[in-house]
Amino acid sequence: MRFIDIQKMAVHALGKNKIQTALTMLGIVIGVSAVIAMVSLGQGAQKLVEDQVAGMGTNVLQIQGGNGNFTGGARQGADQGQSLTEGDVEAIKQLPPVRLVTPIAQAQGQFVFGNQNWQTRVEGSNENNLEIRGWRLDSGDFFSENDVRTAARVVVLGKTVANTLFPGSDPIDQTIRIRNLPYRVIGVLAAKGQSAQGQDQDDTAMMPYTTVQKKMLGAALPRINRIAVSAVSSQATTAAKDQITTLLRDRHGIRANQQDDFRVNNLTEVAEAAQQTTAVMTMLLGSIAAVSLLVGGIGIMNIMLVSVTERTREIGIRMAIGSRGSYIRMQFLAESIILCMLGGLIGVVFGVGLSLGIAHYMSWPSYIDPKAATIAFLFSAVTGIFFGYYPAHKAASLDPIEALRYE
Amino acid sequence: MSTSSTVLSLTDAHKIYRTGEVEVHALRGVSLEIKRGEFVAVMGPSGSGKSTMMNVIGCLDRLTRGRYILDGIDVSTMSKNDLADTRNTKIGFVFQSFNLIPRTSALSNVELPMVYAGLSPAVRRERARQALESVGLAEKGNSLPNQLSGGQQQRVALARAIASEPALILADEPTGALDSRTAEEIMKIFQQLNRERGITIVIVTHEPDIALHALRLVRFKDGLIQEDRKILPEDDILSLQHPLEAAHS
Repeated sequence: MRFIDIQKMAVHALGKNKIQTALTMLGIVIGVSAVIAMVSLGQGAQKLVEDQVAGMGTNVLQIQGGNGNFTGGARQGADQGQSLTEGDVEAIKQLPPVRLVTPIAQAQGQFVFGNQNWQTRVEGSNENNLEIRGWRLDSGDFFSENDVRTAARVVVLGKTVANTLFPGSDPIDQTIRIRNLPYRVIGVLAAKGQSAQGQDQDDTAMMPYTTVQKKMLGAALPRINRIAVSAVSSQATTAAKDQITTLLRDRHGIRANQQDDFRVNNLTEVAEAAQQTTAVMTMLLGSIAAVSLLVGGIGIMNIMLVSVTERTREIGIRMAIGSRGSYIRMQFLAESIILCMLGGLIGVVFGVGLSLGIAHYMSWPSYIDPKAATIAFLFSAVTGIFFGYYPAHKAASLDPIEALRYE
Repeated sequence: MSTSSTVLSLTDAHKIYRTGEVEVHALRGVSLEIKRGEFVAVMGPSGSGKSTMMNVIGCLDRLTRGRYILDGIDVSTMSKNDLADTRNTKIGFVFQSFNLIPRTSALSNVELPMVYAGLSPAVRRERARQALESVGLAEKGNSLPNQLSGGQQQRVALARAIASEPALILADEPTGALDSRTAEEIMKIFQQLNRERGITIVIVTHEPDIALHALRLVRFKDGLIQEDRKILPEDDILSLQHPLEAAHS
């Protein structure tokens, strides 16, 4: 018997009972689309986390000054929490696992341009901040080493600030006023969107830290709130953290029984933990969906068994006119495989649509994993073979005389 | 040697069914030879072994003891697959209840044995068309079984049986589900196929008027052949009735 004829026979048999075929297929359709939707949902979440991690910058460590837990208050200086110095920055720069360093001085200010104004935070840093924090420029330039040295009154605006102050016009080379001093806009940052905490990361501005210290704050003691460090690699972040801790304890003259007056946060560790969490979630969602695919498969087996019983007489006729048992087996197996693969195909289409819909509704990055779609589809085909085999075998094992007598 | 003209020969055929403790001796040593071109009517009361013999001749069942040679091939020791292939190429079945595949066109039904034989679509379609034509149903190729009358369905079944040019046509009560006029039509087609194309036909029947269309009568009783003779022109329904049955009526 020719292989193509077996397939034609199977298709013909499925076509005879369209409603039953469609309902049976539905189980597989739901199973496959659930797997695809769940996995891409999980991976969308994973990608969201990854984006945020990338938004934190590459291999970033943050050193926060002024640990509040001083015992006895002995080391509290004039400015509360003020423990990091430019000397610390220079010293950290010399450590081998450290690639780039910037001091960060923060301030708030009312930005004014024409009749528009907007209150936002200003992050003062050196020229390396863009690279350390993984920001990109939308237009213009970032400030230079020279700007930092001369405390130039230049500012790079976040997208939200730029859009608010300059609706529909180009902010580059315009002059805005902050605390009654003019600043020249030299660049606009590319949009980053919301942070994991739901803050608008684009509602910000960047300046040389010297400008923040001297021009905006004008405080007697130049203040450094944080130091941001980029390690040479993600593996190096742990070593960098240890070495910075040792260095700063030494520089700050902290004795062995005293607590640190700073805190080093390894953002890479946090990011990895978050990524692991979402990966586990993806697995979990995927396996729950896989169960529904399994249930769909059992549905196929059930219907195929019923179908074999219903068609006992037909099987008898086929055998009498010369079908080998193996042809009967192949026909029934082909029926369940075609059923499953067709269901799988429709499931892939539904699943992709579903995940795009969910991603759109939840404003997540939609991420369709071709691998998950392929695996779900192949799994549906395997389901067809696995759950179709027993009914097919049962059909093939019928005795033609008994089957012909079946009413 | 008469092998070339012998279509089938049974030698000392025994068939014993075992159902639990009970043994049923359905065939008790039957020997039968049928030559090419014969038209044989097999008669006998239920339980006489004629159905068992039909199953054996039709390669649906195997003998417990004895030899069965079909078209020069020893079938007694064949595997299941070989039996299926033998049914496919050497035997054409016609059943009491037509046994067409439901919701499948007449033409496709006639084609089916040739599909299992692995013939190309063009060849089998042409042969199926010719077979339908020879039973007078050339116009009904696309009809579904449930759109055809009983007589038409049986003619499709006949077309299916002859399409692959088997050595033997086996018909089990082919008119049992038909009214007498249609039954007569079907029997005319059997006769025509036998006379004009020399097709060997074996028919199992209860009814003497059906058996009258055949050329030879084989009567079974208790697993043995009780009577085996030519059907003569002077035979009629009464003379073909079983002696005992005749005595009762």
